[in-house]
Amino acid sequence: MINKYSVRKESIVGIALLLILLAVMTVIDFFLPSYHIAVMVIKKASVYALVAVSMNLLNGFTGLFSLGQAGFMLLGAYTYAIFSIPVAKRAGVYQYFDGGWIQFSIPEFFSEFLGETIGLNMGIILTLILGGLVAAFFAYLIGLPVLRLKSDYLAIATLGFAEILRAFFQWPNLGPLTNGSNLLKSYPDFKSATGYVVLIGIFIAMIVLLVNSTYGRAFKAIRDDEIAAEAMGINLAKHKRLAFIISSFFAGIGGGMLAMYMGTLQALSFKSTMTYEILLVVVMGGIGSITGSVITSFMYIASMEWLLRGLDSGTFLGIHAPGVFKNGFRMAVVSLIIMVVVLFFSKGIMGDREFSVKGIVKFFDRLFGKKTPKNAGGDGNV
Amino acid sequence: MSENPILRLENVTMQFGGVVAVNNLSLQVNPGEIVALIGPNGAGKTTAFNCITGVYQPTNGIVEFEGKPIVVAHPEGKMKKIYAGENAALYADRHSVNPTPDTITKLGIARTFQNIRLWKSMTVFENVLTAKHMLAKQNVFSATLRLARAEDRQMAEETEALLAEQDLLKYRDDLATSLPYGLQRRLEIARALATKPKLLLLDEPAAGMNPQETQELGEFVVQIKEKYGLSILLIEHHMDFVMNFSDRIYAIDFGKLICDGTPDVVSNDQRVIDAYLGVSEDE
Ligand SMILES: Nc1ncnc2c1ncn2[C@@H]1O[C@H](COP(=O)(O)OP(=O)(O)OP(=O)(O)O)[C@@H](O)[C@H]1O
Ligand SMILES: [Mg+2]
Repeated sequence: MINKYSVRKESIVGIALLLILLAVMTVIDFFLPSYHIAVMVIKKASVYALVAVSMNLLNGFTGLFSLGQAGFMLLGAYTYAIFSIPVAKRAGVYQYFDGGWIQFSIPEFFSEFLGETIGLNMGIILTLILGGLVAAFFAYLIGLPVLRLKSDYLAIATLGFAEILRAFFQWPNLGPLTNGSNLLKSYPDFKSATGYVVLIGIFIAMIVLLVNSTYGRAFKAIRDDEIAAEAMGINLAKHKRLAFIISSFFAGIGGGMLAMYMGTLQALSFKSTMTYEILLVVVMGGIGSITGSVITSFMYIASMEWLLRGLDSGTFLGIHAPGVFKNGFRMAVVSLIIMVVVLFFSKGIMGDREFSVKGIVKFFDRLFGKKTPKNAGGDGNV
Repeated sequence: MSENPILRLENVTMQFGGVVAVNNLSLQVNPGEIVALIGPNGAGKTTAFNCITGVYQPTNGIVEFEGKPIVVAHPEGKMKKIYAGENAALYADRHSVNPTPDTITKLGIARTFQNIRLWKSMTVFENVLTAKHMLAKQNVFSATLRLARAEDRQMAEETEALLAEQDLLKYRDDLATSLPYGLQRRLEIARALATKPKLLLLDEPAAGMNPQETQELGEFVVQIKEKYGLSILLIEHHMDFVMNFSDRIYAIDFGKLICDGTPDVVSNDQRVIDAYLGVSEDE
């Protein structure tokens, strides 16, 4: 049934779009200093996109209302920092704890063998993945008891888990590992925003592939009707746990990358407010829409960190009104925007639809008057 | 009656609080048979299905599939005191067995639902394809990385064949819930067949259908039974459907078996007529 010609055209358009994105990123990295606001926004927004998509996998695609995201991010962030701080800097970072227990650095180890560029970046990526694995392991442990709970109770239990974890990581007795309530810093970062975009692009692509695989369909079946899913041979406990573990894995990686972006790490940053912020992105983008989460992450971070900054600091859109545009006004405007979005797009800006290359190709075919056959392998996408 | 039934219920009782929905029900389905379970509204038919498929754990009794006990229960805990069914002590020394519904489906029992339960965000095609998930050998890694292309292709082909058989292929990419009622019921049957069952449980498959559609459905049920070597247990209120297409009938009222036998015997039984008195046929 699938039209060979249109499939080939889609892959060409898709690859072209990816190349354009890559070119734009390279240009940005080449011309803008790494502290430029645009670079910062791209880094942070792509991290948020990954965490939002991971949350969407659980809340949107599997129908499990979990609020543990900040906890799993914290696990990933700490794992990343602990295992990547260069050995020489540990004495300074862990100054109250005799340099800490751990005296090796994974990225350093790799850069010794494979050189500063390849080795270091590979080490960073592997340490980030290790962070994801630690988060996934915790999800595996708490998954069994917690996932028996129904909706609101699940939300409360996971929220509690995240809060307990945060307190635990600040425990002084764990200081030689976590540095207690002091900062962890001096760990390596990607030199460019391209590194963030490419790595996160790969992770999100994997989630997309998962969602469209037979396991993804099983998750959606559980979301749509648990009783029917179970009656069709889908083991609820196993699949819910699987979704929980995978979602936490990517949240852990996102946490590690957020630590990387922030430059310094403190358990205090991973409050439940962060989970709510990500939930907000997921809901505004559309529960069950991956592209919705990605687009909203970029819009949200860009307006919070950049476009609306002026609302807090006196001048906005060239209007100088320090009386109105002062601290706190930005949040008021953001809340207003959120309310408008929720009122007019009750299912988020994308609903449960997706932007797809297929959709774009169809759009242009229509624009130039070519008729695409109706139902040509369509999958209900835009 | 055959010595090797595919399904056998022995003294199955399901009590909710003080309500005994199914009371000491024993029945059997032999290989290749179409057996009907009838009874007025609230008689306990759907509850009996739920006891077979693991949705409910019965309060007492045994369910055997292909000669092996798949569900074993006796009154426990609070039920010990308030048990109002029969044969309370019969299975007291047996270990209770309480599998989840997916385990039972994997053994080869598939079902449809009285109040249709299709996955509403999915297309017709996806609904059937998703039911094939339990048969897939791929793990989550090979599935994500698309390493099991041969299996994916096979699953898709089998799904299309099932849709073609039900004349649903032309709705392949429509949302399942956008289909007319009768077609949704057929889609549920296709979805159940996708799990490759040996025994098919149909809960009011002809509900909401006109006489002609009902007749077609009956012929279709016989046809798939032959084609896939199935045995079928069905619940139905359309008496003409039951009389024309079932080999044997069990009639229950207030959870209790009141009569069983061939359609002729059951339709002339005074207790059955009394139970149905005042209940219109096509409800
Ligand atoms: N989960 C439950 N909790 C309490 N009571 C229940 C439950 N499920 C069913 N019942 C009761 O058990 C009795 C039998 O219900 P059941 O749905 O099995 O009837 P039925 O024979 O399928 O009727 P119908 O023809 O209307 O579908 C009813 O009185 C019903 O209220
Ligand atoms: Mg019923």
